[in-house]
Amino acid sequence: MADAPEKARDPEKEKRKIKSVSKMKEIMTNYYIEAKTARDSGKKVAWITSGGPVEPLIAMDVIPVYPENHGAMIGASKMGVDLCEKAEEMGYSRDLCSYARADIASAATNGGPIGGLPEPDFLVCCNNICGTVLKWYEVAARYYNVPLFILDTPFVHREFSDAARDYVIRQIYEYIDFLEVQCGKKADFDRMQEVGKLSVESMRLWQAVLDVAAHKPAPMSAFDAFFHLALIVTLRGKPVVVDYYQGLLDEMNERIRDGIAMVPNEKYRLLWDNLPIWYKTKWLSEKFASHDACLVADTYTSAWSGVLPLIDENNFLETMSVAYTKIYINISIDLMIDKLREMIRKYDADGLVMHSNRSCKPYSLGQYDLQKMVMKELKIPTLIIEADMVDERQFSESQIDTRIDAFMETLKS
Amino acid sequence: MNPFDLFASVSRSPYAHARAEKKNDGKKRIGYFCSYAPEELVHAAGAIPFRLFGARRDIRAADAHLQSYCCSLVRGGLEDALQKELDFLDGAVFPHTCDSIQRLSDIWRLNAGFPIHFDVVMPVKLNTSSARQYMIDVLAKFRKDLEESLQVSISDDAIVESIRLYNRIRDRLEKLYLIRSGNPESLPPSAMNMVMKSAMIMDRAVFLEALEQLLETLSNTKAQSGGSKRKRILISGGICNHPDIYDVLAEAGGDVVWDDLCTGYRYAGGRIDESADPIEAIADRYLTRMACPAKHLSNTARGEHLLEAVREQKIEGVVFLLLKFCDPHAFDYPYLKQFLDDKGIPNILVEVEEQPAPEGQLRTRFETFVDML
Repeated sequence: MADAPEKARDPEKEKRKIKSVSKMKEIMTNYYIEAKTARDSGKKVAWITSGGPVEPLIAMDVIPVYPENHGAMIGASKMGVDLCEKAEEMGYSRDLCSYARADIASAATNGGPIGGLPEPDFLVCCNNICGTVLKWYEVAARYYNVPLFILDTPFVHREFSDAARDYVIRQIYEYIDFLEVQCGKKADFDRMQEVGKLSVESMRLWQAVLDVAAHKPAPMSAFDAFFHLALIVTLRGKPVVVDYYQGLLDEMNERIRDGIAMVPNEKYRLLWDNLPIWYKTKWLSEKFASHDACLVADTYTSAWSGVLPLIDENNFLETMSVAYTKIYINISIDLMIDKLREMIRKYDADGLVMHSNRSCKPYSLGQYDLQKMVMKELKIPTLIIEADMVDERQFSESQIDTRIDAFMETLKS
Repeated sequence: MNPFDLFASVSRSPYAHARAEKKNDGKKRIGYFCSYAPEELVHAAGAIPFRLFGARRDIRAADAHLQSYCCSLVRGGLEDALQKELDFLDGAVFPHTCDSIQRLSDIWRLNAGFPIHFDVVMPVKLNTSSARQYMIDVLAKFRKDLEESLQVSISDDAIVESIRLYNRIRDRLEKLYLIRSGNPESLPPSAMNMVMKSAMIMDRAVFLEALEQLLETLSNTKAQSGGSKRKRILISGGICNHPDIYDVLAEAGGDVVWDDLCTGYRYAGGRIDESADPIEAIADRYLTRMACPAKHLSNTARGEHLLEAVREQKIEGVVFLLLKFCDPHAFDYPYLKQFLDDKGIPNILVEVEEQPAPEGQLRTRFETFVDML
């Protein structure tokens, strides 16, 4: 309310707020308006998984839409339980992924924070994040009766074989062929290369943003990373992403210069594992801050930049397809521990908080083993929170409150 | 022992059977959880593939490694391994199927203590030429891995011989399915479940011999001429480790005459071309037989296949038997149900955790269901 008397603002709190946030909201709003009005502007809409190669879509002027980002929005706006229950009434088990349940119900009811996603002209599903997306996209393909392209990225247990490499590279060209048919025009490989360069640049800047949290005290936390992540997921390959992250990085460096920490009196630095608990980010962030603890980094948001060293921007298409196969969640536990170790050292984390997320089996199964490895090898305390990313019925606040207190006591002793 | 008693005994105590069998034949045993395990290659390497069905009791040791929202097949299998109840196994093979089996492979490799471990990272889609090529490459690599780990060499001839054996087994299993479908009273209700289980446990040549004996004793069975008041049921789902379900259904007046189960007809379905390149021929069976929901043949392949089986086998009601926390099956359930509802085929959903619902509850549900048909 513009005319209402302004509440006295706490200058301490104001100073900690990240200024770029409003710009980010504006970009995302414009993006969803463009996507929802694609029919009017004659553009095609493709639904794509969060780990899928979006760059060819951008190069072909297709508007990418992310059901997973939509799931996160539903969770953050606390509309998850209602939509999940609707999906259960449609016959989808309560044990299924809550992104999928919420999104399927939203499509059927035009529900959720933006009244449902724009209908897809076709679907692109990359299974590097889970097998769930395959089933979820089959549901969407039947519901909208549109073509589905599957990019099948073999899981990396102990090795990534030459056969697997050949397979993903062949599929990238099949993907382009598919897009040419869907869009009714030839692919422009020069444009593809340009988009690839922009994508690599965004990943570099995103990683640089995440890296600032290595500074003590951290100018931003994992909760901020969860918010600012949306652009690298949805629009990488577009110039606006490069500009935005450059601005965000500048702001972060300024905060470091000015000595602004996200958590006042930061004493304990924690690493988060798995997806956020979208409906409880504020509560969790305040809870940890009350113990002078900052979640400085997480294994989730770096998934979009962690494979950067594997990408050669001069051979973007092929190297990208290989890189996307080797993301954090598509590798075995013994490869994951290498990354965890690296992150714990890089951010100088004093403890590890793992979200055991009922919705995400590939991320969560194996956490108990990883936890043991971290405690044994790195000798830092760990906490497992049993919950769900969108379905609030799986979150027991009082129990988790007590467990966090106990964990922090161990950490302080 | 008459063949039926043998199958009953094997399926009741698979581990004891494998231990005794191994003492006699000295052959290696390779465990597996999934019908995409390339058994023909394991067999050609001189080992015996042994299917794991998950435990039927409380989980203790596996709780330290797996969350409670993981299915009982995965938790139970790991429990048995950690409790050292699978001491007759030399190792295990994990074809890529679902998210849970994928992580089980890591956890198993790091904790179960078997010297031999194979990951067969098959394609998830089965309907493109690059997926076919990749499937062939993966099978060729598995052959090499087997040779290295088991220190054997596997000739093309050995694979072809193994393929012939498996083709004969699948052929005879299909015959048995048809006999039971033609005359449900020819076999006790849970017989098919016991035979199928034995098919995945016993030395395959010994199994084939016993199966042929059983078929011999059934050779005079005539197809029913109709007029029976009993209802014809199809079970659809993943694994069925609960033969009691068949008995309870039978007592309620329903005969399970067909199935679309991973431990049932899906195992028996599809033949391997004996004259083609053996590796390519094995790949082609996987690409053409009915798929597990964790694989992609098309958006509606499983629904069409289900309707076809309903039509061909004159099915009057379908029981969806789903393992709790099995995502691929749970995702397919609403559309499969819709396909059946559209054709007016009654169906019910039975969800199984470690155990199915208490027998009394199951009985009431089945009686109501069969009465409705």
